[in-house]
Amino acid sequence: MPIRALIIDDSSVMRKIVERSLRQAGIDLAPVLEAGNGAEALVVLQENQVDLILCDVNMPVMDGLEFIKQLPGVPNAKDVPVVMITTEGSESHVVQALSSGARGYIRKPFTPEQVREHVVPVLAGKS
Amino acid sequence: MNSHSPVLAANRNHESWTPLLEMAVREVFELMLGCQLTSPIDGEETAPDYTAMVGLAGHLCGLLSVRCHGKAAALMASKMLGVDLDKVGPEVSDALGEVCNMAAGNFKNKIAGLAEGCMLSPPTVVTGSDYTLHSSSDSPTIEVRLFFEGMLIVISLQIHS
Repeated sequence: MPIRALIIDDSSVMRKIVERSLRQAGIDLAPVLEAGNGAEALVVLQENQVDLILCDVNMPVMDGLEFIKQLPGVPNAKDVPVVMITTEGSESHVVQALSSGARGYIRKPFTPEQVREHVVPVLAGKS
Repeated sequence: MNSHSPVLAANRNHESWTPLLEMAVREVFELMLGCQLTSPIDGEETAPDYTAMVGLAGHLCGLLSVRCHGKAAALMASKMLGVDLDKVGPEVSDALGEVCNMAAGNFKNKIAGLAEGCMLSPPTVVTGSDYTLHSSSDSPTIEVRLFFEGMLIVISLQIHS
């Protein structure tokens, strides 16, 4: 079954890069859903079921960390794995994201191989 | 890519940061655009008319900017989106802003103490060449000049404190 992914980033160019990297990583994707910030993503998730969420950290309106905190309140998305993709490389950001419920953390810039390394185990339920 | 340099954020010899800035920018182009930047050669340089800026605040306060000609910015967008150059539209500014954002993030992650203690602003992109950038103080600046597909890009880090 193709993976239903939601990509959250305030840059439309970055959303396309993430989608392309997922495909280059060999992940079979259904048509990808997009959102420009956490608040938009919560609305998208009210109406759509997804298997994977890739989320930026620094975004206007609602950032990625706040989005993760609010995700358990969305009934059909509370168990969906979230992988953060961000320029923020500090250990404290990683720890904060993982302790908030993120299942993976990818730093920009990244390669499709790095995307595969972080996303495939998450999809397999190993992370 | 994310390994810290022994160059500490407290080091005031900012010239030692120049190779790290260059490495950070080169990595962004190699990983995200799939191309190698080259060192500039003597010749005519087209005046940059696209400027992307990202502010840094915290242990390092400053401004990182990436300047280039519109053709270079459009080609960056083309490579980032994976579409032909003539298919690129309003995404040019977004693409250049993301290049600047990733360069700033990758740079600060290379300096011990900056990854934790330095925040980045969202990128801002200015188009046009008829402007002057004024700083509140005499800020030291480090600059890297590289060629992207034969077109000059200028990366500057203006250090406020």
